[in-house]
Amino acid sequence: MLLDYIGLGFKAGLEVHHQLNTERKLFCHCPVNLTNRRHDAEVLRHMRPTLSELGEYDGTALMEFKTKKEVLYQIYGDINCTYEMDDTPPFMVNEKALDIAIAIAQTFNMSLVDEVHITRKQYLDGSIPTGFQRTAIMGVGGGFEMSNRTIGILHMSVEEDSCREVSDKGHRIVFKADRLGIPLVEVVTAPDFQTPEEAGLGAEAIRRALWNLGMVRRGPGSVRHDVNCSIRGGTRIEIKGVPRIGDIPRLLHNETWRQKALLEIMATLRSRGVTADTIQQRIADVTRLLRNVDNSALANQRGNRIVAVRLNGFGGLLTWQTQEHTVFADEFAGRIRVIACLDQMPNMLHPDSPDAMNINSGIWRKIRNRLDATHHDAIFLVYGPDEDLETAVSEIYIRAREATRGIPPETRQALKNGCNDFERILPGPDRMYPDTDHPPLPLSEERIHSIAHQLPEQPWIRERRYQEIKVPQDVIRSLAISEYAPLFDRLSMTFPESAKRQAEILGRMIPFLARKNIPVHNLTEQRFEELFMCWQDGLFFREGFKSLLLYMAENPNQKCIQCLQKTGMTPATDDDINNVIQKAAKQMNSRTFCHLEQQLNWLMGEAMKSLKGRAHGRELSIRIRDTLEKKREQT
Amino acid sequence: MPGTDAIVYKGYKDLALAKLKEIGIRVWSDVILETEQGRFEGIILPRSETADHDHIVIKLKNGYNIGVRADKVRSAKEVNYKEAIYKIPESEFPRDEEKPNVTLLGTGGTIASRLDYRTGAVIPAFTPGELYGAVPELADICNMKTEKLFGVFSENMGPEQWIGTAQAIGREIRNGVDGIVIGHGTDTMHHTAAILSFMVQNTPVPIVMVGSQRSSDRPSSDAALNLRHAVYTAAHGDIAETMICMFGPTSDQYGLLHPGTRVRKMHSSYRSTFRTIGDIPLAKVTTDSLTHLTSHYKHRRKDKNVAIDAVFDPRVTIVYYYPNMKPDIIDSLIEHDYKGIVIAGTGLGHVNKPLYPALKRARDAGVAVFMTVQTLWGFVQMYVYETGREMLQLGVIPCSNMLPETAYVKLGWALAHSNDVDELQSIMLTPISREITEREPYNGYLIFQGGLPEVEEFIQKVKR
Repeated sequence: MLLDYIGLGFKAGLEVHHQLNTERKLFCHCPVNLTNRRHDAEVLRHMRPTLSELGEYDGTALMEFKTKKEVLYQIYGDINCTYEMDDTPPFMVNEKALDIAIAIAQTFNMSLVDEVHITRKQYLDGSIPTGFQRTAIMGVGGGFEMSNRTIGILHMSVEEDSCREVSDKGHRIVFKADRLGIPLVEVVTAPDFQTPEEAGLGAEAIRRALWNLGMVRRGPGSVRHDVNCSIRGGTRIEIKGVPRIGDIPRLLHNETWRQKALLEIMATLRSRGVTADTIQQRIADVTRLLRNVDNSALANQRGNRIVAVRLNGFGGLLTWQTQEHTVFADEFAGRIRVIACLDQMPNMLHPDSPDAMNINSGIWRKIRNRLDATHHDAIFLVYGPDEDLETAVSEIYIRAREATRGIPPETRQALKNGCNDFERILPGPDRMYPDTDHPPLPLSEERIHSIAHQLPEQPWIRERRYQEIKVPQDVIRSLAISEYAPLFDRLSMTFPESAKRQAEILGRMIPFLARKNIPVHNLTEQRFEELFMCWQDGLFFREGFKSLLLYMAENPNQKCIQCLQKTGMTPATDDDINNVIQKAAKQMNSRTFCHLEQQLNWLMGEAMKSLKGRAHGRELSIRIRDTLEKKREQT
Repeated sequence: MPGTDAIVYKGYKDLALAKLKEIGIRVWSDVILETEQGRFEGIILPRSETADHDHIVIKLKNGYNIGVRADKVRSAKEVNYKEAIYKIPESEFPRDEEKPNVTLLGTGGTIASRLDYRTGAVIPAFTPGELYGAVPELADICNMKTEKLFGVFSENMGPEQWIGTAQAIGREIRNGVDGIVIGHGTDTMHHTAAILSFMVQNTPVPIVMVGSQRSSDRPSSDAALNLRHAVYTAAHGDIAETMICMFGPTSDQYGLLHPGTRVRKMHSSYRSTFRTIGDIPLAKVTTDSLTHLTSHYKHRRKDKNVAIDAVFDPRVTIVYYYPNMKPDIIDSLIEHDYKGIVIAGTGLGHVNKPLYPALKRARDAGVAVFMTVQTLWGFVQMYVYETGREMLQLGVIPCSNMLPETAYVKLGWALAHSNDVDELQSIMLTPISREITEREPYNGYLIFQGGLPEVEEFIQKVKR
């Protein structure tokens, strides 16, 4: 579906979670290390909601308590200690992680807080054994430049990473604790992105800024994005834990679609006179009726009851498409999957479900009769253990009433097919309360200044500068966040005439050689200076750079000029060139050519092969043409 | 007006206090704060009293707290004011005539706690009634009456509180309650459990002490489950003794019932910190079942014939021996009129020779000296080595396998009955409630050594 994002009032913001490159975890002395081996021990816990400091329960917290889950942690002797098991109070915060966070705040021009307060953010999903994440705001405000405008940043916090989920079935969720406690920053942008594509570019820009600092972890799992978006009349929805930047635009496209659809459904319900008050619970036990029906979804429900549910006024709405691969009915399925733990899909059936096979129209008619349902009403079946079924029915009516009001604020999970599904109710600020295990931590001016002193230039500033000095576009992107950027800046000051050449070498050739495991670390700043000195003095040609750099990297103790001689990269003399051309011309005699240009190209190729970059291509070409023309005159 | 600042500007002093007054802002004000670093919107929170005096704490709209340097604040505008009320939704405990009646006595500690923003710490504050609001599952187990006896940290429990608790227990038993639960901080829970074992004798119903290692203000708290285990034990258990009910493993699996005189807190922070020493626990308990681990216990009775003997002479101390200890330690105790000394000696119950003259002076001054072992497990045996025999001659009385803390509280209790050393010896060495056992079973001493393949296998199979 084509969507007019601007017209729909689309806006999106990002929360980028990026792991910091420290040796130890944030609040204990365990090493940072992920593993795939079998765990050493298990711990079983449950989570209960508690009061926030303003004396209120958080909605998400209560919802998660409803699910009554057993939480199992898989722990590792060498990666986890009793802190991560929540059996020991935290140690003092990792100062290295704070230093990195201070650097990040400065790179985004944020205001650093004067005093850091470690806060507890409740997570009752079990992903953290304490039931809360220790987190602290480091800076507020600021922003970065992207596509010629500034994207605002709301705040940045430093926090401990959560466990990795292994499985979530029924009332048991399993986590492995290796990742738990790794320091990360959360960078939260303002809702400044106007299209899904722009949000993807924003994530890229943030990643580039962080990579540019050289203090964050790289590789799979080191970054996760929570993507927030809304359209006009809609609600802020958070899509959680998106690992790949490339997935962001499609997820946002589908969420836009969903919000638009839900608003249309709301309008339809209103036009039918359906409000939260007119929706009345009407259910019927139809277990017996469906006992002998051969349906694969119901076959798994032996011993469980099957309940038919009526939603008055919802007739025809369940199949309303809400995303590429979802319909309105999935809104209910998602809720009861999470909240009632009915996670054997399909967890509900309606007359138009593809999974409702062998439930014929006669049976549906009987079910309609039992529920006194007309074609104005929607009906469907839910099934499961009694206690969960009760939760499911109550949740279905909660969701139905929400449909009459618009889009409920939710955290949603990203699916592989680009769609999203319910994860939990969107948490509010009520879930935050101070961590009593840590004293407030003032940030000294000296500390901030000494970190500011070592900060690299921001990538967007560099990019703009490189554009001005005409660095090739494709080189700009890699060079601007490259470790060679500062070297490039110094070299291009000393040898401004060859700046473009330096950019190509440092932004393209050196990374290429590094990928081939050439010891490029032997190419020190001093040797680069020698190299460009020789280049400026015309001691070799452009074509000689690669051979020369290869040799220099392998021979760290030789001066550039020596390397030039060893590789024979010094420019060929006129005699050398004449000899090569003459030699090639002799071989040419045994061949036939259709026309002069072909002859020229062949000769050129042979001569270049022999000279290996010791001659300038254009000059060589002129000489060859001369030679050929002379030859022709002779014959 | 003295005191007003403390209420309106909770915890703020000096520079920060002056700034708040200057810009006309109170604690709990919902403000827009203009500072040199930009604008901050949120609620002004109280300041921890131990923190510096230069910062103002603000809870931002997103829920995070930050500190703003007072001297950077330019101006502020109060847009709202709402004092925070820390209150768990309180609802009346439902009553069911079929269910047993349990009384929950509150003394303080982390099982009943909330956050304090003045000190930034966890303080005891929930009334037991509020506790029910937090743990409604209790109503499935029994009818409950709650009474807040004290609101003190565990380390501040002492003779006055022990006596008050024993008297409250006696009163409740005589009123016909079916079981008693005592909420208590964990640090000195084993001291209180031991002294109550002597002050409350011949109880017809279970007396169950309970606390938590993770305060109840956290989602992962063990408080709710411990409480449910303890209440189940008090309501339905058959063991009419004073016990401690705390987590068996660190996992949310089951609680253990430890005999009040043979239990000790063995880890500063683990959930499964309490261990029965030199014996096995009495039973395993879950939220709806109790499995006895031994058949040797006092059974529940229908009568109300409890004997309350709530007395304590505080002129008693405990001396933890260390190499090179000087006799002046003992001399100073004699000089300060102590009447009883419990020594936690090395090995089988030893101290160094230079202490001997001081021990003789103690005997001559009528101070009773008892020997226990700092190894915690095992018996005092002073005949094995000559040093032990010499000490016996100096009047040091071996306390068998009584735990040092148990010996300490029992001696204080005994001193309130007699100052005569012979009589004290008789009281101390006549077991009242398991404080001395005749035999140590093979599994009374088990500290698994981590890292051994067989132990690791056990841990993998049986959740910790």
